[in-house]
Amino acid sequence: MTTLVAEPSLTGAPVARVRRVRSVPTGKKLLFAVLAYLVAIIFLLPYAEMVITAMRPNNELLDRGYVPQHWDWSNFTSIWKTGFGTNLKVSLAVAGGATLLVMLVALPAAYYTARSRFRGRGLFLLLVLVTQMFQPAAMLVGIQREFLSFNLPSPVFSLILVNAGFNLAFSVWILNAYFSSIPAELEEAAMVDGTSRLGALARITLPLALPGIVTALIFTFIGAWNEFIVALTLTSAPQQYPLTVAINNYVGQYSVDWGHLFAGSVIATIPVIILFAFIEGKVVGGLTAGSIK
Amino acid sequence: MVDTVPVTGVPRESARRARQRSVGRRLRRAATPLLWIGPAIALVGVVVLWPVYEMFRTSFQRFSPNGFFLGSAGWRNFTDLFAEADLRDILVRTVLWVVVVVGITMLISLALAQLFNERFPGRRVARWALIAPWAASVVMTSLIFRWALDPNSGVINVLLHDVGLLKSYGSSQADWLGRPNAAFVWMMVVAIFVSLPFSTYALLAGLQTIPVELYEAARVDGASTWRAYRSITLPLLRPSFLVAALINVINVFNSFPIIWEMTRGGPGHETSTTTVFMFQLKQAYIGESAAMSVLNFALVIIVVLVFLKATRWREQVS
Repeated sequence: MTTLVAEPSLTGAPVARVRRVRSVPTGKKLLFAVLAYLVAIIFLLPYAEMVITAMRPNNELLDRGYVPQHWDWSNFTSIWKTGFGTNLKVSLAVAGGATLLVMLVALPAAYYTARSRFRGRGLFLLLVLVTQMFQPAAMLVGIQREFLSFNLPSPVFSLILVNAGFNLAFSVWILNAYFSSIPAELEEAAMVDGTSRLGALARITLPLALPGIVTALIFTFIGAWNEFIVALTLTSAPQQYPLTVAINNYVGQYSVDWGHLFAGSVIATIPVIILFAFIEGKVVGGLTAGSIK
Repeated sequence: MVDTVPVTGVPRESARRARQRSVGRRLRRAATPLLWIGPAIALVGVVVLWPVYEMFRTSFQRFSPNGFFLGSAGWRNFTDLFAEADLRDILVRTVLWVVVVVGITMLISLALAQLFNERFPGRRVARWALIAPWAASVVMTSLIFRWALDPNSGVINVLLHDVGLLKSYGSSQADWLGRPNAAFVWMMVVAIFVSLPFSTYALLAGLQTIPVELYEAARVDGASTWRAYRSITLPLLRPSFLVAALINVINVFNSFPIIWEMTRGGPGHETSTTTVFMFQLKQAYIGESAAMSVLNFALVIIVVLVFLKATRWREQVS
């Protein structure tokens, strides 16, 4: 309490303060830790409830216990009879296809804008920055009209294109930052040693940019995996639905198939939460166009 | 090569070739950027920009309820839209939705970022837990809350009953999503919940850019923790705060799954925002829905302009 003295003497104050700082931390640290764990648990609770409900036997669904009396895996086995496997495949195709397309398109664009000061570079980056703020929901009618007029053989192709287009900005931005941070001299040195330009790219630059590439890959995949409003608009038959729409479809007009709904949600969510943990620290830089990092 | 060319021919021949080469090189120099960034421009053009054009075009067209094109509509879709009795309430609700959700999200995120910036054992694991609502599909998170709010056996109601806040199951009090105002508040809670991880991480990144020396200097000068927070942390956090808030404004404004999964915007349009209203209109009135989209898009553009100013994009680009 020495610090409460109104006018501490010049020599006394720092000593008292240093002592205070040294003696309190363990308690303070403990308090912070407890608070943070509490917050962490609150953030996980809804997903725990998801798992619990998925494993609740159907005849216990209306019980009010926090956990079921019997744990039951049957929702996870019977869900495959509802066509869930097809929906899973659609989601994998859409998310995988969109990720591949984004990589094919974003890698060269990001590399070139990082290495060359060509005319129109600023304009291109502005386009990327602006489209990053565009979301499909704001132009859904346009997307619907355009892609219906394309008459593609399957909505999977439309969904791959849409997801790739709306997730491109993030990848260009984060890859551009990574490529810019790798000195061009490294590539040139390799080329002096007789490696071709592409060889230098493959052997020097891409491995160094790997954290950025992995971040872009995972982020695009999850974005496409979780996309809902466009998929809801462009698909019309259950076998065309990706997981988000399929799970929405367990909500019927009069009743909801909660058991299958949450079993499906567990299968669709847990892998992406784990995937996201790998890139957790790097996403903000790409989303805020680097203005924060 | 030189050996095979007649001596006299060398200068003229090579000059012609050089000229050809320089034209080719100039062409190539102009085309090279297109080779690298062309695919990106094409993808953005087809998927992001073309729908904007289609949306504007559709907003001036007339369709039958099952989607047959009936010709030009002039401004009728817009006048129809503005004549909608519910539009005023929907607009007010949308503003409320964005302001309240983003406001509370940012306030809580300030505290959470501060907390998770402290050093304590197990910080990494605790931070991982934070990302769950960010990585999980919002559709599924919203459905979890819908289930947890079930009037008869939802876990939130069970909890409220156990602590004495809920009198009886199945009552109208327990039917949160059946009452428009209560439903809207709960949907705001879900929107805040799913917006917190990104905002917290953005502010955490901002906190890490503040040099520790500043706090040491403040401590030497005898500033209290609160004073240091107000005079150092808050002002230096301003850029990240602003950018995170703007991105949240866009996300929350465009947010569709939360309201769709919990109430479908109903009863009627009583829990709809403009984004949900656009979707409801789309089922039968695609022209009017496009008109609503045009309004939504205009709002997005305004936020984008503020965002560009806030990120100082010119500095970013150079």
